[in-house]
Amino acid sequence: MRYSVLSLLKEAFNGNKGWKPAWRDPEPQAEYDVIIVGGGGHGLATAYYLAREFGINRVAVLEKGWIGSGNVGRNTTIIRSNYLLDGNQPFYEQSLKLWEGLEQDFNYNAMVSQRGIINLYHSDPQRDAFVRRANSMRLSGADAEILNQNTIREMCPFLDFDNARFPIQGGLIQRRGGTVRHDAVAWGYARGADQRGVDILQNCEVTDFIIENGVCSGVETNRGSIRANKVGVAVAGSSGRVMAQAGMRLPIETHVLQAFVSEGLKPVLPGVITFGAGHFYVSQSDKGGLVFGGDIDGYNSYAQRGNLPVVEDVCESGMAIMPMIGRSKLLRMWGGVMDMSMDGSPIIDKTPIDGLYLNAGWCYGGFKATPASGWCFAHLLAKDEPHKTATKYRLDRFKRGAMVDERGAGAQPNLH
Amino acid sequence: MTQKNRIGGGLIDQNRSVQFNFDGRLFEGYEGDTLASALLANDVKLVGRSFKYHRPRGIFSAGSEEPSALVTLREGAYSEPNARATVTEIYDGLSARSQNKFGSLNFDLMAINDLLSPLLTAGFYYKTFMWPAVFWEKVYEPIIRQAAGLGKLSGAEDPDRYNKGFLYCDLLVIGTGPSGLMAALTAARAGLRVIVADEDFRMGGRLNAERYEVGEMPAADWAAATLAEFMSMDNVRVMSRTTIFGAYDHGIYGALERVSDHVAEGSGDVRQIAWRIYTKRAILAAGSTERSIAFGNNDRPGVMMAGSVRAYVNRWGVAPGKRVAIFTNNDDGWQTAYDLQGQGVEVSAIVDSREQTTLLPPKGVRVVLGGRIVDTKGRLGLKKIILSDGQDVAADCLAVSGGWSPNVHLTCHQRGIPVWDDKIVGFVPGATLPMGMAVAGAANGVMTLNACLQSGLDAGNSVVEALGRTVSKSKTPKAQDEVSAASAFWYVNESKGRAWLDLQNDITAKDVKLSYQEGFRSVEHLKRYTTIGMATDQGKTSNILGLAVMAEISGKSIAETGTTIFRPPYTPVSIAALAGRSRGKDFRPARLTPSHNWAAEQGAVFVNTGAWRRAQWFPKEGETHWRQSVNREVLATRASVGICDVSTLGKIDIQGKDATDFINRVYANAFAKLAIGKTRYGLMLREDGLVMDDGTTARLSEHHYLMTTTTANAVSVFRHLEFCHQCLWPNLDVQLISATEQFAQIAVAGPNSRKLLEKIIDPEYDISNDAFAFMACGDITVCGGIKSRLFRISFSGELAYEIAVPTRYGDSLMRVLMDAGDEFDVTPYGTEALGVMRIEKGHAAGNELNGQTTALNLGLGKIVSRKKDCIGNILSLREEMVRNDGLRLVGFKPVDPAMSLNAGSHFIGVGAEAKTSNDQGWMSSVTYSPNLETSIGLGFIKSGDQRMGEKVRAVDLVNNKSVEVEITSPHFFDPEGGRLRV
Amino acid sequence: MIINHPLLGPRDATEFSYLGDASLMHRPEWQSDDAENQFYEYQYLRDNKAGIHRELWYHEQGDRSWLVVTRNTLTHEISSVELASDVARREGRSR
Repeated sequence: MRYSVLSLLKEAFNGNKGWKPAWRDPEPQAEYDVIIVGGGGHGLATAYYLAREFGINRVAVLEKGWIGSGNVGRNTTIIRSNYLLDGNQPFYEQSLKLWEGLEQDFNYNAMVSQRGIINLYHSDPQRDAFVRRANSMRLSGADAEILNQNTIREMCPFLDFDNARFPIQGGLIQRRGGTVRHDAVAWGYARGADQRGVDILQNCEVTDFIIENGVCSGVETNRGSIRANKVGVAVAGSSGRVMAQAGMRLPIETHVLQAFVSEGLKPVLPGVITFGAGHFYVSQSDKGGLVFGGDIDGYNSYAQRGNLPVVEDVCESGMAIMPMIGRSKLLRMWGGVMDMSMDGSPIIDKTPIDGLYLNAGWCYGGFKATPASGWCFAHLLAKDEPHKTATKYRLDRFKRGAMVDERGAGAQPNLH
Repeated sequence: MTQKNRIGGGLIDQNRSVQFNFDGRLFEGYEGDTLASALLANDVKLVGRSFKYHRPRGIFSAGSEEPSALVTLREGAYSEPNARATVTEIYDGLSARSQNKFGSLNFDLMAINDLLSPLLTAGFYYKTFMWPAVFWEKVYEPIIRQAAGLGKLSGAEDPDRYNKGFLYCDLLVIGTGPSGLMAALTAARAGLRVIVADEDFRMGGRLNAERYEVGEMPAADWAAATLAEFMSMDNVRVMSRTTIFGAYDHGIYGALERVSDHVAEGSGDVRQIAWRIYTKRAILAAGSTERSIAFGNNDRPGVMMAGSVRAYVNRWGVAPGKRVAIFTNNDDGWQTAYDLQGQGVEVSAIVDSREQTTLLPPKGVRVVLGGRIVDTKGRLGLKKIILSDGQDVAADCLAVSGGWSPNVHLTCHQRGIPVWDDKIVGFVPGATLPMGMAVAGAANGVMTLNACLQSGLDAGNSVVEALGRTVSKSKTPKAQDEVSAASAFWYVNESKGRAWLDLQNDITAKDVKLSYQEGFRSVEHLKRYTTIGMATDQGKTSNILGLAVMAEISGKSIAETGTTIFRPPYTPVSIAALAGRSRGKDFRPARLTPSHNWAAEQGAVFVNTGAWRRAQWFPKEGETHWRQSVNREVLATRASVGICDVSTLGKIDIQGKDATDFINRVYANAFAKLAIGKTRYGLMLREDGLVMDDGTTARLSEHHYLMTTTTANAVSVFRHLEFCHQCLWPNLDVQLISATEQFAQIAVAGPNSRKLLEKIIDPEYDISNDAFAFMACGDITVCGGIKSRLFRISFSGELAYEIAVPTRYGDSLMRVLMDAGDEFDVTPYGTEALGVMRIEKGHAAGNELNGQTTALNLGLGKIVSRKKDCIGNILSLREEMVRNDGLRLVGFKPVDPAMSLNAGSHFIGVGAEAKTSNDQGWMSSVTYSPNLETSIGLGFIKSGDQRMGEKVRAVDLVNNKSVEVEITSPHFFDPEGGRLRV
Repeated sequence: MIINHPLLGPRDATEFSYLGDASLMHRPEWQSDDAENQFYEYQYLRDNKAGIHRELWYHEQGDRSWLVVTRNTLTHEISSVELASDVARREGRSR
């Protein structure tokens, strides 16, 4: 059923008895055109665009737990396209454009809120780097402005301008950046895909790939074997584990990233703010909680939890730029597992195994990429060639020396 | 000022009156009161409004699980939002305010939301506010955000100070109820180093809230005596007001101690301390939390937890109502009736959901077995309850007991999953516990007093034994096991009114039903769709009810339905405490150069370069713009002599028989044949073939080198070299040590640099051009015997030296050079002038060595040796990295010399549209060259080395600037390098 | 986390910096026929084990030892800590 003010009113008078499940709970069929492994944001978006844009709706999304249980359900909800390199910028700009029309497209309010993102800078070299980046953005058609200290002071008077170890000199703002209600993204895509015939199979864990003579023709699951012409894997965080079943080693390490939310507060932050002399990014949710994060813990981990040093480091950075938050309280912290790739950029590509496709390596920036990732992965699955904004995300780029390294950190995943 | 509901007794000091203020009204309480107990004593029932519907909220509990009684404490910058009244100690002058109201607390305008509740169901916002798209940020969201949140931040800097600390112990005991005290007692007596922590300001847990006897004395007295024994022991640290908020890896616990939250601000003490406690073992004895029963309008002020009502009566001498009714599904609820009656408080009814019980009703109290409360009345506070048979019972307080849930939270912090226990009707800790943790008492599902004491003793003794001490033979003190039969009854199905599960976020049983109906059936989906359990109590009071309702609808057991797990922190922790002193100017330490004080005396302007603070330029009187100072410094250096503290460069001392071999492997250019007494430029690659760093390395003797690195990479290069040595080539005879902080190093640059140095160098050393040619190095002495090292290297492009002395002489050396240089008008220069001169010379620096560039990009492709094994040379040959049309570092000059250049500009062909597909590269560094009297820049452009003289545009869209520039050699000044060698 | 340094005893993990899989000690022979491919695999591909993981930590704020730590990436439990130079020698990395 379509969601609207009218349907809400009608149901309000009807005791809300008429609402139907947002998606079906079907039994697995024996065969599909495409199987997507992973019912997170990227997997669900892929299924949605396969059905909506590429007319392929014999599609199943296989999720070992409940959909949206991975990083789409636990992140700091930021969307932006403030990237530097031409392998990245057009892709993230495509994503931002998709965000802008997403809710009307899939008829679900994911609260795409473009209240802006400000990256603060604290030194001349950092300003130079931001100007370079801002110009990259403008060249690809994205919005970007460099703000001076006074403008930032007017927008964010609560920042520490006068007593800081690393004084704020200015910032890069992307006004179209912002936040999205993360769970709703998974649910909106799931509902939209389901309405277009996609089977969403929860509690369906892939235990093996069916690979014969170098061709993948389906998967084994705890609910039986399921055949497909093509299998796309979108299980960021677990990519290494899952692809090991296909005998592949990846240019990826799994790391833990913690995220944090405070108790609910009346609105104080205008948009997303990031610190340039420490690692800290923060926004305020529509419920009032400060949602923030910083560095990954820095060691390989699948444990989905982190440790105190990063908690303290993040709070120190937060206090360093906005000392008014000291008296608010940290309510909840959690750790998610990330596909940290060797150049900090993702992979959307075929694998050496025919019929097996990979969407992985999102580091801890995958949420904002969800729509474009789904779109480009769907494009690849449908047409067997990369979408034009995702041509640099090839698996063989490390072998060729064509890394897409925004930070210049090199082949050490915990530095990206 | 009368405390209408104060009945006397309890553990407060009625001789010590405390005045405080709530919503502008002055009240009196006693020392030992919480804000909640004092408000109840003064008959204040309504203390706040709920999140979504702005329903009236009162005091629900007596502990840290409180979901309703949230207030803002103190004033101005000291304001603390969302403080729980139930754990706030009152002190003279405390001011507290209610939250989340528009208008007054009694007449909250936003309460209109409550009328719209059929529309504002769980997840309603996902279904609307989508049209038109632009309205979200402009109209809908601002309205939603206005209503968001509970308390308000002041917007001012937190004026308090916070500390961090580290503690070590054999055993950490978390919680000081009967099991915690018993566990700590036996461990302490066995000689273990024990830390005992409790969140409460009065330790003892439920022993302070019940009328038990332990060891033939009142339970609270036994607790006090036991604590007194701890205080007398050197091996025990007693920490009250300390919440163990998280269990981390390898026995490390996070703790928050509230040092001065219970006294007026400005006490001079730190406010809170965030401790990291390193433990060998921990015993979780955190007790249990009482849970509610859902029924119609069960959220009115006056509806409270039964055990909390008992706590107010017994510990604080306060009757939460004049006429109290009880609604229970278990034996423990009855105890409340006995205790109330014992204190002379009227009990109007006991409604027990069970059909039968062997318990004896208190005299004169109406008992309804198999009873159901379906509704309550009273707009701003409870007046009566309605039973399923339509009868009503007058009550201004309803004590509800739905049984007790073990406080398993910390057992989940490493992803342990609690398991359902039918016997106690609740979740108990699962099999996988954090390393070194054991659980005792009610937290482990042991629900009666004597059994808790025994459980604590056993857990304590297990630790004693495990850590190799002798277990004492002492037994638990004498105590009774109270009746404790529990039953599973969660929700009065026949209620017509809304039955509230989460009192803060306003989640009702209907919301859970809707969630199920719409397919959000896993517990995680339920939580996310309805937001149940996301309130500040993190589900302590609501989760189990939500699960129970979901289980009932889906026809499963709660065990099958499952549970979400608890994450840190156990209770909310102020962000400032976790930051400690690392804020403001002390956010990170600053490294100062050896000549810092001297530079400060000269009035230098300083700049942060990483952790260092360096002199950026030295303004002179009359100079109004930094550019004037910098130009002067550059011109003076090139005309005569300038000096600059370059101690921040990384210095690595490398010695050993294989030192030459080692250096030859870590640098990409040839290093096997560097002569003793010579210095060479070194280019270091990462193993992936990109440039890691550059610097110079001097060969001081056969087996002794000194390597310099850039300031930014000093630490990472040293780490890398140690990796190469220890992990790759362990048998190379080489030793490395960082000498960055051991030497002060000063650049002396300019045509008169030799003359200046000759004045301070001891006469036996000859530094003439013949004796000490370009790139020479050697040990010398200065100023009459001070050992130092001299390197004839140049970043400025002038005849130049760097002279190094032990750090303690750095300040003097600077002063000596200034004095000796007077006749040459020696000029100190800062990092800006340094930057100008290096751009004039086309040297790459941080903006170019950004981790994205290859030697080929930098124009240094030719020096990378292909004839040796060195880090990075294999992967530097990958096809995409050796393309002819790749980026090359070149120079840029504006065609119109009057135009300035901007770093960060991109290069676009003249006449081409500024868009990504026409992007040819970028400008990395720019400066105004006072020697060339024009702006110049370094930058990377495709095939730049083959395009000398070509004109392109340097486009800076964000600064609305487009400058036509000519591609030139990066060596703007003295390209032949003649000035270096004179 | 706490790392039990073989020379210095238990130390907080914050004293160390982390590099990654201990296979980074197995630097290929530069003159082998497929050196570029070997170096590519060495530098970029990882087993990324969920479970027992041998990894390199550097005692940056201590004695500058590189350590091979065997740690379970599912539980963070550390089962052994060795000096990397000992391991390297044992594995026959002579020079």
